[in-house]
Amino acid sequence: MQTDKRKKWRVFGLIFPSLFWLVVFFAIPLVLVLAMSFGERGTYGGVEWNLNLENFARFFDFSDPLYLRIFGRTLYIAAITTVVSFLIGYPMAFWIASQPEKRRNSLLMMLMLPFWTNFLVRTYAWILILRDQGVINTIWVGHIHNAALWLENTLPWLPLEGFVQVTANPLPLFGTTLAIVIGLVYGWLPDMVLPCYAAIERFDGSLVEAAQDLYANRMQAFIRVIFPLTLPGVIAGSILVFIPSLGAYVTPDLLGGAKSVMIGNVIYSQFMSARDYPFGATISFVLMALMLAGTLFYFRFTVAGQKGEPNHG
Amino acid sequence: MPGEFAVELINVAKQFDQVVAVDDVSLQIRDGEFFSLLGPSGCGKTTTLRMIGGFEMPTAGDVLIGGEIQGFKPPFQRPVNTVFQSYALFPHMTIFDNVAFGLQMKKVAKNEIKERVNEMLELVQLPGVGHRKPDQLSGGQQQRIALARALINKPKVLLLDEPLGALDLKLRKAMQLELKALQQRVGITFIYVTHDQEEALTMSDRIAVMNEGKVWQLDNPEEIYEHPANRFVADFIGETNFMEGKVSRLTDERVFVAVDEQVPVPLLPTRDVQVGQAVTVAVRPEKLSVSAEKKREVDIPGTVDEVIYIGTDIRYIVRITDGTTLAVREQNRGGLSAQRFSAGDHIHIGWYARNASLLTE
Amino acid sequence: MASRLNQKPLKIPLRLKIGRYALTAHGLMSYFFLYAPIIILIIFSFNASKFVTGSWHGFTLEWYKKLFVDEAIGAALRNSLYVSLIATFISTIFGTMVSLAMERYDFWGKLPFDALLYLPIIIPDIAMAVMLLLFFVMVKMPLGRLTIIISHIAFDISFVAIVVRARLAQFDDALEEAAQDLYANNWKTFRYVTFPLLLPGILAGALLAFTLSLDDFVITFFTSGPGATTLPLRIYSLVKLGVTPEINALSAVMLMASFVFVVISFSLQKGGNGKVDLV
Repeated sequence: MQTDKRKKWRVFGLIFPSLFWLVVFFAIPLVLVLAMSFGERGTYGGVEWNLNLENFARFFDFSDPLYLRIFGRTLYIAAITTVVSFLIGYPMAFWIASQPEKRRNSLLMMLMLPFWTNFLVRTYAWILILRDQGVINTIWVGHIHNAALWLENTLPWLPLEGFVQVTANPLPLFGTTLAIVIGLVYGWLPDMVLPCYAAIERFDGSLVEAAQDLYANRMQAFIRVIFPLTLPGVIAGSILVFIPSLGAYVTPDLLGGAKSVMIGNVIYSQFMSARDYPFGATISFVLMALMLAGTLFYFRFTVAGQKGEPNHG
Repeated sequence: MPGEFAVELINVAKQFDQVVAVDDVSLQIRDGEFFSLLGPSGCGKTTTLRMIGGFEMPTAGDVLIGGEIQGFKPPFQRPVNTVFQSYALFPHMTIFDNVAFGLQMKKVAKNEIKERVNEMLELVQLPGVGHRKPDQLSGGQQQRIALARALINKPKVLLLDEPLGALDLKLRKAMQLELKALQQRVGITFIYVTHDQEEALTMSDRIAVMNEGKVWQLDNPEEIYEHPANRFVADFIGETNFMEGKVSRLTDERVFVAVDEQVPVPLLPTRDVQVGQAVTVAVRPEKLSVSAEKKREVDIPGTVDEVIYIGTDIRYIVRITDGTTLAVREQNRGGLSAQRFSAGDHIHIGWYARNASLLTE
Repeated sequence: MASRLNQKPLKIPLRLKIGRYALTAHGLMSYFFLYAPIIILIIFSFNASKFVTGSWHGFTLEWYKKLFVDEAIGAALRNSLYVSLIATFISTIFGTMVSLAMERYDFWGKLPFDALLYLPIIIPDIAMAVMLLLFFVMVKMPLGRLTIIISHIAFDISFVAIVVRARLAQFDDALEEAAQDLYANNWKTFRYVTFPLLLPGILAGALLAFTLSLDDFVITFFTSGPGATTLPLRIYSLVKLGVTPEINALSAVMLMASFVFVVISFSLQKGGNGKVDLV
């Protein structure tokens, strides 16, 4: 039919620009990386295209597990971030859901507002707070230490010596794994709260009444009815926090120290300082494979019911 | 041109991948007629309507409007207008612009547009809402604007796709009468799609009852109700009792069907049947009467299973010898001679032969 | 989804006052946690101290003054705007076109293409940065503003598509049929019905693309070259060098600019159909 052919051209015309762009500037680079991970670093920093698994062996070397250790640490940090986000985020979602409807929208918007600001700037704010000369430590070494000293003087029979000692020095917050976790939780908290909120908001309150009618007290009603039924939201949120945390670069770079390096930082150094492109490609490959697995899990898990929220790149 | 039909479908079929939505439908719709396509969901009535409107193209057959084959003409080239089920009023335009849209597309002069829009709004009894937006009107009001938007273009044929579906019962009934009156006043051919048989019976000049992509009966409301052509129509429209049996005897005036093994039921010879053929006898509950002894031409003995009092009627569920149950509606006239039976009573069920239908399919 | 007619909204089954107070306290403290760094940053942008420190030394506007005359930052801002505006413009057009295709038609290869369209959203920043850098190096393209723009478009298309597709999915097809029924041909239907109704979604997508592009660090970092410093890159080097508290002022300004953007975006969406999307 005449209209069919014109339709085909119209569709092609509509998708062509995007198709071109994504193939040339996304798919091809992706394949390039995958291919390069099988290559080797050339003598002058170039790439030697000989197909081998050297890089993978180096990464997964169990006898000298330098990279594996970093990989493990990355998983560990991402996991802790996820758990902390849950502990903070779930009750938060619960509280928002219990608010009157008009207030809820404002609360949600307020939740998202920081998310829309520059990530770099927000991470920098934490530097300002956590550093040895930062806000927390200024108060710690200043006011709190002074308060401890004053207490020691006025009530000398209190065993405050240790406390005074401790407050004389700044808390080692900056450059630690703790700082990274704080930074990551801060950055990805909304990604946990929103799916939890969606699940809680959807929850049918009459189920709780039914449970209570059947002699469940409040805690039991929560554990056996509310939480299990909102679990899908929790899982979705967890994945949405865990996956980006794996690929974190800025946060460990700015807030972490030499001892809390994550995979993202290793990739960076391979490209910027070591100039070992193939090895960097290999590490990226491993990271991407891991994140792809997680994402597939996410989609398969949430396809039945919840709408997937896109996370910022 | 005289002698032409407003809309004609010749062997029209529509297939979506593996699904046959419309299967060889031929219709002739007359000028000025209120014509309904009636059937359950998925019967193909909406698809048929859309093919007339140009929103779907037939995979076989021809659609003619005013004698002209439409072929693959898109909707904007056809002299028909549609009232959509969801009204489809443009949310970003005022009521005025909505109603004026068709005229604007045809580049009608501005002052003429203004005149005609106001005229139309008067016609649908919503003067002065021109400056409002669709979401500021109620469902019923939106429906009337959708109507105005279509009618203002003076189409030869107006297509209506279940336009009253979203309204509540009372409003729907009122709108049915209004639509019918409007159609008669304006004189345009209306092709109306609905699944509500009462609606179709109330409003239509003729009804095409559809199921599984085919037309199962095409007639005026009374014929369809009183003389359903087949089991589907008898069952879909109103309530029907079915009795299975075999033809036992043929005379000039009557066909005798052995229902119940013993009792030959006389029917009007509306079909060609042969002795021994398996047929179905269909009678509507209100055509049946129960009495202590034989009263009508047709008479079957039975036992009362259940008595249900519904206020306006008294309903009897009666069982006849071969186990078939019949539903009987007796109007609750409250007369002194009115008998009331109870469960377990042995009674006679009777009806006039002309009120039963002989069905072969 | 299950009918919500019979559902009751969740009432916290914590009749104990303590439980309710604890939950509220947690909620409030969490919001405090979210906003404290931002507020602290803004406050300290007025801090009259030569070094970036956590102790307060008095109020000053000096850093803002320095900010406005800072050449490097001015150049970075210009670069950022240049790159982001171009990238947004192109990706919005491409993204809208592809959305129309995906939501309206079926074609061979639609499913894999859909996956390809989603990938840039899922892939980690650093992986994409690496990919693009390698690509540019391989094809021997010099790194600069052009490569940044190309990279930004590469991920922006997908984000625009998500927003516009969501809007298209809500679109009532009957509206276009009604327009055609009323004698509007394909072009007129698009111009008078489809496009006006789609516009809020397109603008929302554009705004999202612009924000993502403006804020992007990692990908830009890897694909930029000399003379192509954007604002986030400048901020990064300032943070690493830790030179002056000017950076506090710059951060504060960026925060407030973001807030303004979000407010505009929300009011745009509200103006459209009264519903607000929280993408």
